[in-house]
Amino acid sequence: MLQKLYDWVDERLDITPIWRDIADHEVPEHVNPAHHFSAFVYCFGGLTFFVTVIQVLSGMFLTMYYVPDIENAFASVEYLQSQVAHGQIVRGMHHWGASVVIVMIFLHTLRVFFQGAYKKPRELNWVVGVLLFFVMFGLGFTGYLLPWDNKAFFATQVGLEIAESVPVIGTDIKTLLAGDPEIVGAQTLTRFFAIHVFFLPAALFGLMAAHFIMIRRQGISGPL
Amino acid sequence: MSEKKNNQVSRRQFLNYTLTGVGGFMGAAMVSPMVGMAVDPLLQAEGSSDFQYVMDVSEITQQPQRKSFTVPQEDGWYESESEQTAWVYRTENDEILALSPVCTHLGCTVDWEGGDYDNEFFCPCHNGRYDRMGVNIADTPPTAPLPAYEYRVEEGKLYLGKA
Repeated sequence: MLQKLYDWVDERLDITPIWRDIADHEVPEHVNPAHHFSAFVYCFGGLTFFVTVIQVLSGMFLTMYYVPDIENAFASVEYLQSQVAHGQIVRGMHHWGASVVIVMIFLHTLRVFFQGAYKKPRELNWVVGVLLFFVMFGLGFTGYLLPWDNKAFFATQVGLEIAESVPVIGTDIKTLLAGDPEIVGAQTLTRFFAIHVFFLPAALFGLMAAHFIMIRRQGISGPL
Repeated sequence: MSEKKNNQVSRRQFLNYTLTGVGGFMGAAMVSPMVGMAVDPLLQAEGSSDFQYVMDVSEITQQPQRKSFTVPQEDGWYESESEQTAWVYRTENDEILALSPVCTHLGCTVDWEGGDYDNEFFCPCHNGRYDRMGVNIADTPPTAPLPAYEYRVEEGKLYLGKA
């Protein structure tokens, strides 16, 4: 049945080469943990991607309940956490995943660094990777404020003061992030929400596409 | 295209330039109001500082007193009252001084004569100290004096502005 359906579509649109091009590629022996167990270090990039997928999906579902409003944000989080079926699990995935993704991306960076895999011709992919690292940090920073509890509020206060300590343009950076030169409040929460769910994910997807296209084009770096 | 006319723009070039120009214009027209929206907080005029009644001048002593007062706060569409605190006292020259209690190190709240330091402001977080005039004492964490509130005295009443 499914095969027939596939054949029907394939006959018209010739989709086989499309997914073949994405899925069919040789994994060299030196990155396969089945051959050399130490090759597990090559998994961290893929694990980063896997956790990122969890973050995107769980985040999408969290926005069904969350409101970025200082009167209701905390209450909405508390509700989805305590009343909504499996809400605690989904928020737990997003909460813990946020830390795990940073750990994974860091291990991936270490592997690439210590194996010298960033060297010519892969310099550009290293640059994109570092940008991805920054975007991840941005997602962590903006997401931390959203529950609007005391920890979130004061962590953001400190973070904004760090931004403010930049010479010359520090105050403008802070105002631009917080929506107000002094107050961490209603406008800060809506801004951080917008940055967290629209701006940074858009940047993340673009950079990830570039990262993956480059690795497919250049291949995985050779054995040490 | 004939070679004699090589100072002229070819049809292809002309179309390229026009389409790029029109496309660029359309793109800019689309994006510029959005960017304007994003940077609006930078364009907002700074709110003039209102002065709030804090205490009667006759009550001000040489001994710093901790005074709380509320300031109306406008955060975009959200209006609220913000609670502020000042240490109010007279200096040795009999001038009124109202200091912000926010430590210039990492923003904790300083206390007058806290932590067994006489005649000083003390921050319990990292043992920051300030002398009687609110000037940070060398070799303690704060790097700047405590900010003083702007003040105004009208009919024997003390009003405080921004720190």
